[in-house]
Amino acid sequence: MKLTLRVWRQKNADADGALSTYEVDGISSDMSFLEMLDTLNEELILRGEDPVAFDHDCREGICGACSLVINGDAHGPERTTTCQLHMRSFRDGDTIDVEPWRAAAFPVVKDLVVDRSAFDRIIQAGGYISAPTGAAPEAHATPVPKADADFAFEHAECIGCGACVAACPNGSAMLFTSAKINHLNVLPQGAPERETRVLDMVGQMDAEGFGGCTLTGECATACPKGIPLPSIAAMNKEWLRAQRKSARR
Amino acid sequence: MALATKTTTDRGTGRPPSPPRSRTFWGSTIGKKTVMAVSGLLMLGYLVAHVMGNLKVFFGPEEFNAYGHWLRTMGAPVLHHSWALWLVRIVLLAAVVAHAVSAYQLSRRDIRARPTAYAHRRKRSSYATRTMRWGGVVVALFIVWHILDLTTGTAHPGGFQEGHPYQNVVDTFSTWYGNVIYIVAMLAVGLHVRHGFWSAAQTLGVGNARRERLLKTLANGLALVLTVGFVSVPVAVMTGVVS
Ligand code: HEM
Ligand code: SF4
Ligand code: FES
Repeated sequence: MKLTLRVWRQKNADADGALSTYEVDGISSDMSFLEMLDTLNEELILRGEDPVAFDHDCREGICGACSLVINGDAHGPERTTTCQLHMRSFRDGDTIDVEPWRAAAFPVVKDLVVDRSAFDRIIQAGGYISAPTGAAPEAHATPVPKADADFAFEHAECIGCGACVAACPNGSAMLFTSAKINHLNVLPQGAPERETRVLDMVGQMDAEGFGGCTLTGECATACPKGIPLPSIAAMNKEWLRAQRKSARR
Repeated sequence: MALATKTTTDRGTGRPPSPPRSRTFWGSTIGKKTVMAVSGLLMLGYLVAHVMGNLKVFFGPEEFNAYGHWLRTMGAPVLHHSWALWLVRIVLLAAVVAHAVSAYQLSRRDIRARPTAYAHRRKRSSYATRTMRWGGVVVALFIVWHILDLTTGTAHPGGFQEGHPYQNVVDTFSTWYGNVIYIVAMLAVGLHVRHGFWSAAQTLGVGNARRERLLKTLANGLALVLTVGFVSVPVAVMTGVVS
């Protein structure tokens, strides 16, 4: 395949960026999108140019490091991560636009790399449980109803990639935050911090400068892990419950 | 988790990694959104009562004017003349102000949170979602005109007659601009309610995967009934059914 790429190039956080056009040839339809970018970078290095910076790690759809808005879609046209997107989703001769995640809370570091540490600070604010250290507890000591276990697992699938923020017209982190809160708040292990968790994590989310939710549903459409839109309603319910409880205290 | 590219300071500004968190109700995006949902639902309840009242116009001037009179004697003899009506007006005014202030503040925040647009644009989200902001502004402007037209009579075409709402309604809908303003505003209300009712359910945590269909159907039904109900009045005046 022969492709024309229009890639966002930006030297550093403070520099102005712009889309640069590149031609790449000899792309196999079995390559992943990142392997296609590797091909471009090898060529750029041979030509003595600065290679395109982009985030990646596991390349198997589980770590959440890869990003990229491809032709206006976070993680591209398929519902998967960019590392699991294959070039067979494109046609020979296509022009492909590649941009970084766009959100005030995710400043560009270089080219296609953005700083997603705002997500880490949301996790630090309450995305943990208190557990005694030492030997692993007996597995049956704390029974979890099947429905709750399924609900927790569904939300535990979030890999923290930030596609939800990138897709949202308000740059909102509600889907990510709801996945993390719902995952722990439904489980008995998460019960001791149930109220402080939702209040602190939502508070941190707001402090980071993410936008509010207008329920456009773009986040859930973009999410490679299928975190559903009603997760946000479930988090709102937890938040209102915690507000009522802390008001009574 | 995504890579933490930098964790100590933010872009060299020296901002500490954990800024103080706001945990107050009004300080939170979810709290503001809750205010918006509750005030919106209050106004929605009022609109349902309002459309039922308006449809009395089809039963002639006596019944319609008597209804207008009852609004003022409502709550009597416990309450003095017009007290109940003023109570409703005060609650509605508070709801409009709370709704508009939270909508304004959240919208500003949302725009700031996404300062750079994507170069590759594509069509996003439904019509009703995209029209919430300016649709709300259209409705707000309409409310002002509507009160000046049919409540105070300040902007009424022809002689406004206090206590004769039937004649006043016919006067307004005998002008082309009265019809245009009213019908456009009612279409905006319909779109606003369509996304707003369903959104409010999500904001208040009532929505979940199982209730999705039910809530969407309710939202569409409410929007349709309100719009058709309100628009039927000017259409009836234009076609001479009401005169
Ligand atoms: C003063 C004029 C108004 C303005 C500026 C306005 C603006 C807005 C905005 C910007 C939203 C948020 C949309 C979103 O989150 O996507 C909203 C939501 C809503 N509006 Fe309005 N609106 C107005 C009047 C009304 C009226 C008259 C009603 C009554 C039917 C209403 C009912 C609602 C409801 C129920 C919501 C949903 C709240 C939520 O998202 O949880 N609005 N409005
Ligand atoms: S909710 Fe989905 S899109 Fe958002 S960070 Fe988690 S996995 Fe990525
Ligand atoms: S590189 Fe790990 S999810 Fe894509």
